[in-house]
Amino acid sequence: MKALFKKDSAPPAPAPAETIRYVMPDVNVYENKEGYVIEADMPGVSKDGLEITLANNEITLIGHQTDAVVPGTALYRQRQGLGYRRVFELDPVVDPNRITARMHQGVLFLSLPKSEAVKPRKIVVSE
Amino acid sequence: MNIVKWQRPTLANWSGFGRLSDLRDEIDRLFDSPLSELTKTSDLLAGWTPALDVYEDKDNYTVKAELPGMKKEDIEVSLHEGVLSISGERKSETEKEDTEVFRAERFVGRFQRTVTLPASVAADKVKAAYKDGVLTITLPKTEEAKPKQIDVAVN
Repeated sequence: MKALFKKDSAPPAPAPAETIRYVMPDVNVYENKEGYVIEADMPGVSKDGLEITLANNEITLIGHQTDAVVPGTALYRQRQGLGYRRVFELDPVVDPNRITARMHQGVLFLSLPKSEAVKPRKIVVSE
Repeated sequence: MNIVKWQRPTLANWSGFGRLSDLRDEIDRLFDSPLSELTKTSDLLAGWTPALDVYEDKDNYTVKAELPGMKKEDIEVSLHEGVLSISGERKSETEKEDTEVFRAERFVGRFQRTVTLPASVAADKVKAAYKDGVLTITLPKTEEAKPKQIDVAVN
């Protein structure tokens, strides 16, 4: 296991004014030469329902469902209708100033580039 | 209301094997995971069964399905003899070249869910919309399926 994910957990946040219950979104996490990629399934969450915060080398992903409420009675319910929350500890090599996020059809794509200093560089040997 | 059981995906189309081939890594991952992770239902046995909601009001049935990260053209919706079927395939978005995978929880592959509607719907008026990874299908009831008010004359 690498340093990035020594800790990956989503303890329920201390309740704010009103209690929101969260579930953990399914994620894929990859590392490549450039950095890390996190993909998180958050169906029903639009760009506006997304909160990403960075503190103490931890990145917190929160998504609130914003899809419209359907009139009528529910005959069958499986969708949780809750928020999504998941926390990752960042590898120190990640450059916090270059983290970018985009939302596409309920999937969050988070790109966490490594800082230039730690990327492997080819040293050209002079004659 | 009748939800048809999911069909077990065959190993051939289940993409997890290639990615988690190293058993020791997988066991390491288990020990690293907090408990909440272990109680998650395993996709290994269940395939992908997108969550569904079905609602009814006096004019419509509304079905919502969570299908994050799909392309519109990869979703198939059909209605046949009062059975609504939602199926499709989710493909992986990420180039796996030169990447190390730490977690692969998002399901990739085919899914299908069917819903038997309790009353007849006007098949030609069914609408489907896909937004923020949620598919919403509105199925208007036919006139004879709608509740009617019957005035009883009291003499």
